[in-house]
Amino acid sequence: MIKQFFTAAVILILMSTTALAESIKIGFVTTLTTGAAIIGVDQKKAVDLAVEHIGGKMGSLDVKIVYEDDEFNPQKGKQKTEKLIKSGDIDIVAGYIWSHVLLASAPVVLNANKILISANAGPSPLAGKNCHKNFFNISWQNDQTPMALGEVLNQRGIKSLYILAPNYAAGKDMVAGVERTFKGKVVGKDMTTWPTQIDWSAEFTKVKSAKPEAVFTFYPGKHGAAFLKQYAQAGLSSTPLYSVYTLDSLSLPRLQQAKMTGVLGTTMTQFWSPDMDNAQNKRFVADFKKKYGSYPSFYAAQAYDSIFLIKSAVEATGGKVSDTNAMRAALEKANFPSVRGKVRFGNNHFPIQNFYSREVVVDSEGKWTTKITGVALKDHQDVYAKHCKL
Amino acid sequence: MEISFVVEQLLNGFQLGVLLFLLAAGLTLVFGIMDLVNLAHGSIYMIGAFFAATMTLALDSFILGIIIALPMTLVLGMVLEFIALRTLYSRGHMDQVLATFGLILFLNELVRIIWGPAGLAIPLPLLLDGSISLPLGIVYPTYRMFIILIGIIVAIGLYYLVSKTRLGMLIRAGASNRTMVGALGINIRLLFTAVFGLGAMLAGLAGMLIAPINQAQIGMGEDILILAFVVIVIGGIGSIRGAFIAAIVAGVIDTMGRAFLDVLLLALLPANAAEAAGPALSSMLIYFLMAVVLIFRPQGLFPARNG
Amino acid sequence: MRLKKNVQEIGVSCLFILFAIIPILAPAIGEAFYVDVFARIMIWSIAAVGLNLVLGYGGMISFGHAAYIGLGGYTIAIFSFHEINNGFIQWPVALLISGLAALLFGALSLRTRGVYFIMITLAFAQMVYFLGVSADKYGSNDGLNIWNRSEFKIYGLDFSIDDNLTFYYLTFTILILIVFLVRRLVNSRFGMAIQGTRSNESRLEMLGVPTYVYKLTAFVISGVICGLAGILQANFERFVSPDMMDWPRSGELMFMVIMGGMGTLMGPVLGATAFLVLSEVLSSLTVHWHLIFGPLLIILVLYARGGLGGIIDRGQKDG
Repeated sequence: MIKQFFTAAVILILMSTTALAESIKIGFVTTLTTGAAIIGVDQKKAVDLAVEHIGGKMGSLDVKIVYEDDEFNPQKGKQKTEKLIKSGDIDIVAGYIWSHVLLASAPVVLNANKILISANAGPSPLAGKNCHKNFFNISWQNDQTPMALGEVLNQRGIKSLYILAPNYAAGKDMVAGVERTFKGKVVGKDMTTWPTQIDWSAEFTKVKSAKPEAVFTFYPGKHGAAFLKQYAQAGLSSTPLYSVYTLDSLSLPRLQQAKMTGVLGTTMTQFWSPDMDNAQNKRFVADFKKKYGSYPSFYAAQAYDSIFLIKSAVEATGGKVSDTNAMRAALEKANFPSVRGKVRFGNNHFPIQNFYSREVVVDSEGKWTTKITGVALKDHQDVYAKHCKL
Repeated sequence: MEISFVVEQLLNGFQLGVLLFLLAAGLTLVFGIMDLVNLAHGSIYMIGAFFAATMTLALDSFILGIIIALPMTLVLGMVLEFIALRTLYSRGHMDQVLATFGLILFLNELVRIIWGPAGLAIPLPLLLDGSISLPLGIVYPTYRMFIILIGIIVAIGLYYLVSKTRLGMLIRAGASNRTMVGALGINIRLLFTAVFGLGAMLAGLAGMLIAPINQAQIGMGEDILILAFVVIVIGGIGSIRGAFIAAIVAGVIDTMGRAFLDVLLLALLPANAAEAAGPALSSMLIYFLMAVVLIFRPQGLFPARNG
Repeated sequence: MRLKKNVQEIGVSCLFILFAIIPILAPAIGEAFYVDVFARIMIWSIAAVGLNLVLGYGGMISFGHAAYIGLGGYTIAIFSFHEINNGFIQWPVALLISGLAALLFGALSLRTRGVYFIMITLAFAQMVYFLGVSADKYGSNDGLNIWNRSEFKIYGLDFSIDDNLTFYYLTFTILILIVFLVRRLVNSRFGMAIQGTRSNESRLEMLGVPTYVYKLTAFVISGVICGLAGILQANFERFVSPDMMDWPRSGELMFMVIMGGMGTLMGPVLGATAFLVLSEVLSSLTVHWHLIFGPLLIILVLYARGGLGGIIDRGQKDG
């Protein structure tokens, strides 16, 4: 009798908890205004597509996404994050393109004992000494991609390199990354004013007189297209250009529009490419192209992955999203189909993954895209992980 | 250091200066004559670039694109003046700064809705794509040479307009004594609208010239607006001559800073400190220049009038 | 006049009462998030009251006051970075640094007039901004987290501002003190002289008033008040970045002062409240909110001269 009563009670409790948590609410903070919105909009498209692909469900829970715009401003980003945490019944917070917005906002989420998943920004403090048990990054740490590029330069026997990058935190990370692995000589280096400088004539003249075997650059967003155009216009086309985060699915259509054929065949490194051969990626890229008419960017790929990552944890915990400890344990397993193929988390909750060299090519429909040409770094973990005490 | 390197850097500085001049000329005219601080001048520069890019893509010709886009920015400028800015002439500088700041927010968002957040890119015209060889073994991009040329033509044209024509006479008179021009029975309102339109067209031209180098992009106006203000303040408000000289000086100093500061600092400081200080100093250089000029000449180099 | 004065006092009291009860009111209506919004409003109000001293009363159009907010904030952040969390050290040094910067920049800028003044103050602020961007050690433009708020421990006294509610009321108290201080200041002989420079500077000079020194003093006080706002902002956000001193921030601060009504005591507080509430509400409606916000600002400038505060605060100005 007592036993039956208990069973009934347990069933009732279970029913009531599932009844209470019928949906999972994910806050997604990205940039939807200002010129930087081009990235945020691409991420939003990917998240919408991911939700569509999972039929709006994670396990038995309905998925609800609340988008917030950070206005490319750390104070606003933090404010929007507070809004999510305090006035919404948000279960998980994800998104964040910019390091400064993430650094400002992260404590808000983490202090509330919620899970935070960065879909792009990977600043070194959060990978190293300030890593946090509830913080996950589904993209990469800044230094890794340029480190992979340094290896590519070594593989190709390049002995002298000129470096051009913007003078801000990510720019410095990228330069530090390539300098860490590149074994040749850096014959010149210019760090330009960010974000106001969009003319490189003085720097290009210096490059010409330094006569390097190759040039390394990092100019994200609108600066990338401008940089590449001016590079060709300055008569530097004969000097091979190696870049990170400068050529992507957002800038390539612009460059094609401007008939900048000089970028075809240029090399970069990345953890992912639209042509990667796995079922998840094929479905993602094909449906993204069908729905939005363009290739997804790597920002979109990361955002898409973030939804599947969350889904895996929700299903593993049987929908107990409010149980942060259980969710964390499930997330750590990274048991989800990633568009990049195999990925796992390191001790600091940053991915350990391959980095590939990619080349700009023309696809079968005449659109410009990128193709993987080789593996630059295998199963690579960022260098800050060793400072993380998790 | 080779002489050709220095000359090429001078050309780079000159080209930047010429572009700044196109922006500053309109700004200083509007400022000098109507006493209007127009922060939205940069937005007109941006819209000029979008007009030219749209037209170039539609007609497949950069030159045709510019020819059509120029009158479009002229009209845009006059419409803006007529609707929003005219009422600001009698207001203090602060009201003007704020109202035109509001206009920037509005125009940026409007452009984003019309053209999307990605911006527009256009190819260089075939004729101007490539490099030309100059004496001393200098190879310089043709298109940048073209910008310098256009800038010089516009500068000469403006000089002629201001010093030799009746409109120019009115402009000069307006800059030094507004009430008197009005008292002479000149239609001040029409003059103001015309001058504003002219300024808008020059800003638009600057945007059009930069479009094939960078691209038409939201927010491009704010990046360069402050520099244009620095130029007209150094040159002395209302002075075309001052704007030209200050623009060239600012362009050359900025470029020279980027070209030589790192080498110079390496000779003076330890490598680490030099590497850190170089970019910081070169980004501040132009503001230093302005501060120094204003400390010694509080009215700029060529003041057209008090104020 | 008497009626206006009463209206003004009622308006001001209402606003302060609202500030006082928000921490109780907001959670009660299920919008706890508004406590943070209002803490921010009060911090910006302090800065706006500071700017108003030179902008409204002194007629000096400074387009670079975000620099002093930034310097105040960065001082706290840098101390905290080096694990010096004692507020008794942090705060005076931060105030001193923003004051010294205001002294230097003000001394040079006040040699110019009109638009030249606007631009030179902007130039100095941009230099400070680029200094922040270049400070690799302190996060460059990624900014710097502040893991511990200022601590006030002395002789057994241990005042902690870690709790957001305590912090809220500390800010509230500081705001009231600053408003009171500025009120005393503008009604003093010094304040009269400052207001005199706005309308007729040469006459004052003729009367033997050292206007340059007076204006510079006002400029420094205003810089220090903005520095204080920066201290609070850094502690509240637990984060600083160069964005907090970029030129649009200076512009927004000016907006708050103008919206509320320049040269009125409570105008800046009203303006900061209106500006921040409006942008919060509009931005939650649509991502295209600038399309509404921009024209709204223009209309306000064109048709509501004297700003919001002008409507209820005019008695103060005349009296």
